[in-house]
Amino acid sequence: MANFTPISALLGGILIGLAALLLLWLQGRIAGISGILAGLISGATGDRLWRLEFVLGLLLGGACGFGLLSLPTPELADVSVPLLLCSGFLVGFGAKLGNGCTSGHGICGIGRLSRRSIVATLSFMLAGMLTVYVLRHVWA
Amino acid sequence: MRWISLLSGMLFGLGLTLSGMVLPSKVQNFLDVSGNWDPSLALVMGGALLVFMPGYFWMVKPRSRAVNGGEFHVSSRSTLDLRLLLGSILFGVGWGLVGICPGPAITALVTGQWQILLFVVAMLVGIKLACWVTARGSGSSLA
Repeated sequence: MANFTPISALLGGILIGLAALLLLWLQGRIAGISGILAGLISGATGDRLWRLEFVLGLLLGGACGFGLLSLPTPELADVSVPLLLCSGFLVGFGAKLGNGCTSGHGICGIGRLSRRSIVATLSFMLAGMLTVYVLRHVWA
Repeated sequence: MRWISLLSGMLFGLGLTLSGMVLPSKVQNFLDVSGNWDPSLALVMGGALLVFMPGYFWMVKPRSRAVNGGEFHVSSRSTLDLRLLLGSILFGVGWGLVGICPGPAITALVTGQWQILLFVVAMLVGIKLACWVTARGSGSSLA
């Protein structure tokens, strides 16, 4: 097993779960990032402020983690521009088409035992695993 | 109660950073079950569900409205359809290709890397196009 980091993974996960629970309990909103972004770029104007604040919060959280706690940053120097564009497009298009991503389906949906979210999460996990398999063990 | 979404976003972003979800290689190592597998990210989901699931069933579900008095914007749909399956598969392929999903993409913008910015722009184009496609199609609303 490569670089297994159980403590930071579990603690980070607990923070994510707490964040999602607070948003739903106090404000009635699902912390699904792709849904929040979709509403921000094409939803009703009156429904945008809380979304904007959440996105700002994500950036502040990242600034705390990377800046104050000096947590490791993503390394993308080896990733080509076409791959970045293709990946980003599929992530956005697929998440919106499937009504959710890792956060909305994977945490909030599974946490509510939603049948749709369980099927969605199994589907994208499996598709992600197959993609990495092809990239690393077939293509390479 | 307006600052709640800011606070929630901050906790969420910090959690993504601390957990390693923002690291593309770590995500790919998690998805690489037949290789040198790193199971860490299963614990991210596990930790999140450990808090969210009991919280949902004890604090949210018994209520008819959120604490701020607003309604719960939660999907009640349970039917499986092709759109859900196809969208999730496309999302999974994109996620596996580089190892970034929407939350980490936004959070990692603060690192100032042009690669992240490019990814986010492509992701927003994808979301926008899917909004347009779904609006023209069945007209079913966002979860």
